[in-house]
Amino acid sequence: MPVDASFVGRVYPPDEPRTVTRAEIAAFAEAVGATHPAHTDPVAARALGHADVVAPPTWAVVVAQRAESAYVEDPAAGIDFSRVVHAEERFAYVRPIVAGDRLVTTLHVDGVVERAGLAMVTTRVEVADEAGSPVATVTSTLAVRS
Amino acid sequence: MSPRLSELAVGQEVARGALHVDRARLVRYAAASGDQNPIHQDEATALAVGLPGVIAHGMWTMGAAVQVVVDWVGDPGLVVGYGTRFTRPVPVPAGADVTPSVVATVGALDADAGTARLDLDVTLDGAKVLGKAQVTVRLPA
Repeated sequence: MPVDASFVGRVYPPDEPRTVTRAEIAAFAEAVGATHPAHTDPVAARALGHADVVAPPTWAVVVAQRAESAYVEDPAAGIDFSRVVHAEERFAYVRPIVAGDRLVTTLHVDGVVERAGLAMVTTRVEVADEAGSPVATVTSTLAVRS
Repeated sequence: MSPRLSELAVGQEVARGALHVDRARLVRYAAASGDQNPIHQDEATALAVGLPGVIAHGMWTMGAAVQVVVDWVGDPGLVVGYGTRFTRPVPVPAGADVTPSVVATVGALDADAGTARLDLDVTLDGAKVLGKAQVTVRLPA
């Protein structure tokens, strides 16, 4: 089944707020080899002016991929995961994510472009705090072989 | 102390390093990131979809490659943008410690925005694994 281009423009409403924990930041930092003390030591993070330990620059992919799953795992979208490769990823931060943040995500389907036997599927996740202030934008492109 | 924007020049190398990844690290990254796609952990699944074997998560490589920049700027909160294309997989054979290398070079300076763009050259055995990997950092003038 081809990727359904009629999903472009869809917006998936914000999910429930999710609290970022020190433990998940520490585990992610360890896995990517991020040894800066601001990821694990609240005192070091506060010395740099942060409210608590800071998430590594790509940590937002955790909340973004959870949001994306509402779309990419919908059988009607036509995205066969055995034919998917991750083509591109981009993060833009309004401010750093820190432990204790309560984050809300809104998913946008920005593009389905067919070219040379591939469907390039681009999603954008807007990450905000509970009050609605923007925190980060995560843009992801998947290449789906047809 | 962060480096200062006024002390940088386009083309200047600011940091380099080696990444380290083995199968155990991919299992830990899968747990920490929530990306449990079996091609990053299970040889049989990876071979079945036409890969040479287990490969690193592209997002692992992206996340690991930016660390030389974080250490250079001295504060992870100064990274305000980061994007890349995934151009080539990083195979991680059983029992191997795979060591892609990364070099960060100043790509552009924006004094008005107070930011520098750093271009990452991330390679394994001389071949690029990330394409157009660009990090934007906020720096004092």
